[in-house]
Amino acid sequence: MQPDAISAKTTPVPAGATPSGRTLPEGEALLSVRGLKKVYSTDGGPIEAVRNLTFDLGHGELACLVGPSGSGKTTLLKCIAGLLGATEGEVLLDGKKVTAPPKKMAVVFQEYGRSLFPWLRVADNVELPLKNAGVPKAERRQRVADALEAVGLEHVPKSYPWQLSGGMQQRVAIARAVAYQPEVLLMDEPFAAVDAQTRADLEDLTRRLWKDLGMTILFVTHDIDESVYLGERVIILSSSPTVVQEDIRIDLPEDRDQLETRGLPRFTELRHHVYEQIQLAKKGHRPDAALA
Amino acid sequence: MSTDVLKPGRAAQPRAARPGARRPLPKPVLGLAGVLGFLLIWELVPRVGLVQPRFLPPASEVIIALARDFGLTAFWVAVGHTLMAWAIGLAAAVVAAGLLGLVIGMSPFLRRFTNSTIEFLRPVPSVALIPLAVLLFGVKIESSLMLIIYACFWQVLIQVLYGVADVDNVATQTAQSYGFSKLQRIRHVVFPTVLPYLMTGIRLAASVALILAITAELIIGSPGLGREIADAQSGGAISGMYALVLATGLLGVAINVVMRQVEQRLLSWHPSVRGEVVL
Amino acid sequence: MRILKSVAYVVALPLLLVLLWWASTRGEPNFFVPTPAALVDVFGPTWFEGRITGDVLPSVGRLLAGLAIAIILGIVVGLLVGLNRTLRALTEPVFEFFRALPPPVLVPVLILLVGLNDGMKVAVIVVGCIWPVLLNTIEGVRSIDPVQNETTRSYGISGLNRIRYQVLPSAAPTIMAGIRQSLSIGLILMVISEMFGSSSGLGFTILQFQRSFAIPEMWSGILVLGLIGLALSLIFQWCERRVLRWYHGLKEVENAA
Repeated sequence: MQPDAISAKTTPVPAGATPSGRTLPEGEALLSVRGLKKVYSTDGGPIEAVRNLTFDLGHGELACLVGPSGSGKTTLLKCIAGLLGATEGEVLLDGKKVTAPPKKMAVVFQEYGRSLFPWLRVADNVELPLKNAGVPKAERRQRVADALEAVGLEHVPKSYPWQLSGGMQQRVAIARAVAYQPEVLLMDEPFAAVDAQTRADLEDLTRRLWKDLGMTILFVTHDIDESVYLGERVIILSSSPTVVQEDIRIDLPEDRDQLETRGLPRFTELRHHVYEQIQLAKKGHRPDAALA
Repeated sequence: MSTDVLKPGRAAQPRAARPGARRPLPKPVLGLAGVLGFLLIWELVPRVGLVQPRFLPPASEVIIALARDFGLTAFWVAVGHTLMAWAIGLAAAVVAAGLLGLVIGMSPFLRRFTNSTIEFLRPVPSVALIPLAVLLFGVKIESSLMLIIYACFWQVLIQVLYGVADVDNVATQTAQSYGFSKLQRIRHVVFPTVLPYLMTGIRLAASVALILAITAELIIGSPGLGREIADAQSGGAISGMYALVLATGLLGVAINVVMRQVEQRLLSWHPSVRGEVVL
Repeated sequence: MRILKSVAYVVALPLLLVLLWWASTRGEPNFFVPTPAALVDVFGPTWFEGRITGDVLPSVGRLLAGLAIAIILGIVVGLLVGLNRTLRALTEPVFEFFRALPPPVLVPVLILLVGLNDGMKVAVIVVGCIWPVLLNTIEGVRSIDPVQNETTRSYGISGLNRIRYQVLPSAAPTIMAGIRQSLSIGLILMVISEMFGSSSGLGFTILQFQRSFAIPEMWSGILVLGLIGLALSLIFQWCERRVLRWYHGLKEVENAA
């Protein structure tokens, strides 16, 4: 397969696209991933899940990480979250190396049913990390109430998570993260297990929280539409062993609407482009920068 | 060229295993180390004098005594008595509780009618029957059987009742709509659902049966390992007593292993080889 | 009407059984089985004139003390072992042996090691009852959901807070199942530790009645033991429902799906 032949067929690269992860000048990045490599040692020998990843996330960015299934997205996210140690390279948060889960980070997992504690009521689930962090009781109450209101769940604080629908459970998990007031919110395919209607609602909720609260969000998904609709920036990962395939800016209007935005020609164009890049990635095409 | 390619590969290998995450020893090795460690402590405690050897002989002495027991007919006769009481009691309880459980479980009326009585009788400890057993049967094996059957009966009955209650309504209705007779329904719908529960009940009852067999032998004096233990203790044969205690433990382990195997064999076909339900 | 009907369901069979008992003992006196009236007559004088404070309460006290120690010790050691993979592998076969060891054989062993006293009786209950709790705690801790673990880690919940808010509640259903097994073993051990060379306590008293052929009194003792078992089981069920309310609710939702 000739790389040149493939790239000739793709749609024009959108403005602001780089063939590898975008980096910021020193001191400006909130989150930096530098030469990240993760090799699992298994009984069948080492497996390289992530080969070499480098990109930066600035303050207040909303970036989506998209890649073919099995491209090590979850591994990458866990390395960033400090849940997994990297084999090589490093993750920096505010210039400090991440070796354990940092205080300024919160993760929303895909498996909301397993990430929420079934023995705690909704409000208690949201409150637990704050209690653990030693936040005074009055402030805790306020933050829990605010977070539940922000996700539209102010009416069910006394319910148990398993009494709620899947979408509502994921809202609880988001509220828990929001109440924690992280600088970076990591979301690992959070809406993969809910139905399409709920999913659209949750996408809009995520955009709204991002705008209202000014958090930095890194959103991992395998859904191309979702990544383009949600993100201000989409980082496309190659298939495993993973490198950054392309890093593009999503120049869609800031106010997004499920019908209107998705109907824009620009949305279709970006969507096409991401789709093609992922197809290339699946065929084993790598950007030149990663080969160097 | 080829060496150049190999070198980084080799270097990557040890890096793959992160420092601090050294490959742990395989489980059986650790388990064996645990057993040896336990025996070592047992050996040392009386030797160092923490406990007087006449109360707790060192492990080596007890193991030698156990090895000697293995060569004695009397030992195997005692094991045989214990196992016979265990097997007969367990079998009788399983048959009785299995049949009664099916009958009661399948009738909503009987379920409600018997519920209070079952809930009242179930927690009655079977050892409360010891005096009655002595009165009725003396030191004969029937004493053991009475205690074993009583204790195991409830274990199995409760599981079978849970099992029948778990029968899928849709499956029952499907069977009804295809004109299955009551007997066919039991055979094809109820029984397959109940079987895993029944097996759980039997496995739990198997260890309960051993406990009560030993209890009856120890307290009442019906023949078996328990009586041998009581005799050894009162006769001052301390190493012999510990050897017999060790033997009952090994018997317990053997019963557990066998019952788990049987359960897995019998239920390997079952779509939901259920997670451990310890009740 | 509805209430009347459910009351009828509760009392019908017990009444029927008592009636049957009365009818079958009505004719010539049976040596082994007293009439219901004789049992009732003998129950009060047998138990409420000294024995309840002299024998029953001390027995129950030792049982509760032994159970409490066994449960606490079992959970604490279970947490330590369960949270450490190496320790778990190291101790598993030894613990399995002790679980399989029929607890009654501990009575003669502990008589030797501790002596014939109250300490021995409590020790028998502790040593016999700890294994179901200990092994179920280990199992409960071992099978904690990995996503739950990542959640607590990502929020920096560790140490005692993690045990209190995640590990213990998550393992609670398995631990409670272990405690339930311990209760019945404890009751057995309470009785037989008193039957095996002792001069007081419920087990001793009942055996004494039998030896002196005081048959109605012996039956009343069986009844007392049954009532203790029933009370223990009711208290446990009440505790379990409170502690595991979330678990039963969750199971119901899962089963309905």
